[in-house]
Amino acid sequence: MTREDIIKTINTFLIEELEIDENLIQEDALLKEKLGIDSLDFVDIVVIVDREFGIRIKNEEMKEIKTLGQFYNFIDNKLNNQ
Amino acid sequence: MSRRVVITGMGIYSCLGKNLDEVRQSLYEGKSGIGIDPLRSEYGYRSPLTGIVERPQLKGLLDRRARICLAEEGEYAYMATAEALRNAGIDLDYLAANEAGILYGNDSSAKAVIDSHETTLRTKDTTLLGSGAIFQSMNSTVTMNLATIFKLRGVNITVSAACASGSHAIGLGAMFIRQGLQEMVICGGCQETNYLSMSSFDGISAFSTRIDEPTKASRPFDRDRDGLVPSGGAATVILEEYEHAVKRGAHIICEVAGYGFSSNGANISQPSDHGSATAMMRAMQEAGVAARNIDYINAHATSTQQGDAFEALALSQLFADSHTPISSTKGMTGHECWMAGASEIVYSNLMMLNDFIAPNINFENPDEYSKNLNIINKTTEKKINIYLSNSFGFGGTNSALVIKKI
Repeated sequence: MTREDIIKTINTFLIEELEIDENLIQEDALLKEKLGIDSLDFVDIVVIVDREFGIRIKNEEMKEIKTLGQFYNFIDNKLNNQ
Repeated sequence: MSRRVVITGMGIYSCLGKNLDEVRQSLYEGKSGIGIDPLRSEYGYRSPLTGIVERPQLKGLLDRRARICLAEEGEYAYMATAEALRNAGIDLDYLAANEAGILYGNDSSAKAVIDSHETTLRTKDTTLLGSGAIFQSMNSTVTMNLATIFKLRGVNITVSAACASGSHAIGLGAMFIRQGLQEMVICGGCQETNYLSMSSFDGISAFSTRIDEPTKASRPFDRDRDGLVPSGGAATVILEEYEHAVKRGAHIICEVAGYGFSSNGANISQPSDHGSATAMMRAMQEAGVAARNIDYINAHATSTQQGDAFEALALSQLFADSHTPISSTKGMTGHECWMAGASEIVYSNLMMLNDFIAPNINFENPDEYSKNLNIINKTTEKKINIYLSNSFGFGGTNSALVIKKI
């Protein structure tokens, strides 16, 4: 999966499933402060990542990710290292 | 002078309709809401009969966080409560400025629990249950969700009392108001209808197997009844202290004049004529009415052999002389279980407001117990000023409510 595909998949579920305003979706957007993703949402993102990318991540790993760009990179690295 | 408790709003979401208007029409027409759920046969049920309740579409009504925390019965409860609040002229601004509580009947959230178990077995990772599972799985799922959605700040408790849960919730809500602890309490009952939720009930052969005639399967008090038909949805009433309602300019639907309760102290599944009669007498005593004053009885009768017989015995002891009109709306709805005690208040209020008695459909021939009762099996025009509503449950829990026009 290319980085562009990863970005598209992540943006789609953030907008459609987590109902985040499309205009806020930017690489430097802070997940908590800007996108309003809370600790319960992080749990749901773990579920969605498993479904969309076939990757099991830990909730603790997810909590370390601060920006949307870091989230794209995290998934990209996980997929490329598999 | 003691504080009086009135109902100023109501809402309903059931197999008879998705709102008050649809349900009033179904009640008047004596329409059955019973059908077949093929998943039940595949799963191993003896009977695939059930009330058919459509899941509401909540996208656009509630945000994602609220939606994913609601189990099926919570979705129904949200719909019924939103209608009840609209009916009472109460919005979120009112609830932000005034304290209201919630006491709601619910006694299972089986699908959420079973789904979580299956996901964990498959994935060996509890994080993959997602964040909504815990809030869907707990028995108090409905009150925790509705209190959050509607920003309630008063009493917040789920009432679990088997098939009398909804009725007890209303009775207890009335007690909170009468004692001066609350001015307004949202009360009701809800019931999930998914195939996972009722298998153990089917397992004790409690359900009708009249599969070739679904709309004739639920036949309370009839000689040829062969079991109940499970059903569900949700019903909500807004209870309010009388002077508070008057001051607010609310439309008062009726008064909750009496609440009676009892426990049989006997068998876990077998009802009792003594226990149910005690609850009825207590309700009438609190309301200050005699049997002859009751214009209509909405019976608990679920279409089981034993349950209907014992209720008929109790009703014969108290009401045979006054020839009081009786019907069980479960002929149309099936047994709405945890919800029934609340939905039957909404059904009876709709009858009272529209001057008719909804029929006990499928009552064709009495048995030795029901032969002395005045069971109404055709829609009957009648002014109702005072009615009694019965609800009984496993473990011998009994609840009766006396409701008065005001």
